[in-house]
Amino acid sequence: MRTAFAARLTELADADDRIVLLTGDLGFTVLEPFAERHPDRFFNAGVAEQNMVGLATGLAEAGFIPFAYSIATFATLRPYEFIRNGPALHRLPVRIVGIGGGIDYGHNGVTHFALEDVGVMRLQPEITTIVPADREQTRAALDAIADLDRPVYLRLGRLGDPVPKLEGRFRVGRLEVLADGGDAALIALGPLAQAALAARELLERDGIRATVAVVSSFNPSPEEDVRELLAGVPVAATVEGHYRIGGLGSFVAEVVADAGLGTRIARIGVEAMPHGLTGSEDFLAEKLGLTPAAIAASVTEALHRL
Amino acid sequence: MSPDNDLNALAARIRRNVIESAAAAGVGHVGSALSIVDLMAALYGRVLRIPAVDDNDRDRFVLSKGHAALALYAALSERSLIDPALLASYCSDGSTLGTHPEHVVPGIDFSTGSLGHGLSIGAGAALAARLQGSSRRAFVLVSDAECNEGSLWEAVMFAAHHKLSNLIAIVDLNGQQALGYTRDVLDLSPLVDRFRAFGWNAIEIDGHDPERIARTIEGLAQQPGPPHVLIARTVFGRGVSFMENKIEWHYWPLDDAREAQALLDLAALDEQAVAE
Repeated sequence: MRTAFAARLTELADADDRIVLLTGDLGFTVLEPFAERHPDRFFNAGVAEQNMVGLATGLAEAGFIPFAYSIATFATLRPYEFIRNGPALHRLPVRIVGIGGGIDYGHNGVTHFALEDVGVMRLQPEITTIVPADREQTRAALDAIADLDRPVYLRLGRLGDPVPKLEGRFRVGRLEVLADGGDAALIALGPLAQAALAARELLERDGIRATVAVVSSFNPSPEEDVRELLAGVPVAATVEGHYRIGGLGSFVAEVVADAGLGTRIARIGVEAMPHGLTGSEDFLAEKLGLTPAAIAASVTEALHRL
Repeated sequence: MSPDNDLNALAARIRRNVIESAAAAGVGHVGSALSIVDLMAALYGRVLRIPAVDDNDRDRFVLSKGHAALALYAALSERSLIDPALLASYCSDGSTLGTHPEHVVPGIDFSTGSLGHGLSIGAGAALAARLQGSSRRAFVLVSDAECNEGSLWEAVMFAAHHKLSNLIAIVDLNGQQALGYTRDVLDLSPLVDRFRAFGWNAIEIDGHDPERIARTIEGLAQQPGPPHVLIARTVFGRGVSFMENKIEWHYWPLDDAREAQALLDLAALDEQAVAE
């Protein structure tokens, strides 16, 4: 996804001289195409994320569209107040680009796990948060926000294998349906659509036909889409590489409560801070209950509790 | 909008506005505002090039020590950049003028209030000017205690590395912060040497001599090179006898008696300036 991002941004910058790329000294073997093609609009701000966001704010006020790139936790949590009082408060088109959602950086440990980034960014009403599901959606999202006159947080997974049936569809503030069903619904945040689709196959073996949808943006958020999707659906599971609170699960629960729907929500995500836990993504997904089998089991259990 | 020739007279009007507006509103941060009045007079009376408040080639100004906003409002009012009626609404219900400045007010480039933020914004503004081939400059007024913030030094390093000589920082060296004197809380000295060690052109200056401040800024080199910082020695609560160098006037509001005394003190300060 990172490579697709850098390639598309480099192309967009050919035609749009407002685009500037800042990095907090990260992006080795990723950002070089941009740096080589547009050396005058590429700045390594050093290991200084607060200043990077402040720079982006000053640049954006003068008419630029700065992209500020780092690992998701460093891009969002360290400079959070700079983001709030900068691009959000001034409503400037700064793009915060965070690499690695959830447990993508498995071997790097908890300092590198972005488990609350979507939550804290979603808390800022002025900021559009985008979590592409794969590299095709990353390109589509970059195109969709080209002229968006407000700040954006772009959370990019490390890998970006195409999600089946998504085919690069992306609309700001909408969800995309990947499979129909109706016995239950699986709503995934970005790349977790892969696990949700696999869980759907497991459920189908037991005769449960689940709708699968992917949510890739908040503020605007797909409230209307979720209402329509869940009308008459008894159980919905939200699936995200994020804490169970603050992100997609909270969003869907808010919509269900606001609309007075009767859908029971199983929020699947990370429960507590994973101290002292390192390993491959697959290992961590197993440990943290983010595998297709765990997702399917949650849905089955929720259906039994009805 | 013609430059004001008598910067001391402009400063005197700003000072009176500060006292009268603060007293009418019944809010604090008066001492912090008074310490930057002469700096505001130099900037808004002479230095800043503002053809129009929405002209992208205007100089940018960031009041990073946002709690001194009243001095900025008074300067903007004196330069007819905001309506005096708006200044009169200071801190009243529904006013856009609070104790910290907001960019929704035409003439205010950036909202501030959280210390350690403004110099990064100013560095971005200076970088933008260079990328756009504009001769505009970015000015950032920071408090001395604000130099406690690590983020400020991130911006200091970036600006020096990228030779942003169109970035001009001014430190309001009044020696005070909310709970004490800076030397007792977290000693900053020698601040000039610290900026120089980071590659800046640092100049110590009397922060209450607006003519000299304006002339010094106009003489700064603009070709790519070190960014500039004026370490402006100021007096907290400048001109008001019972407020000067008093910690408690960071927060205390003025009552009627104190307002009257403050205005008498300011009149004496003006006479003294004329005599000199």
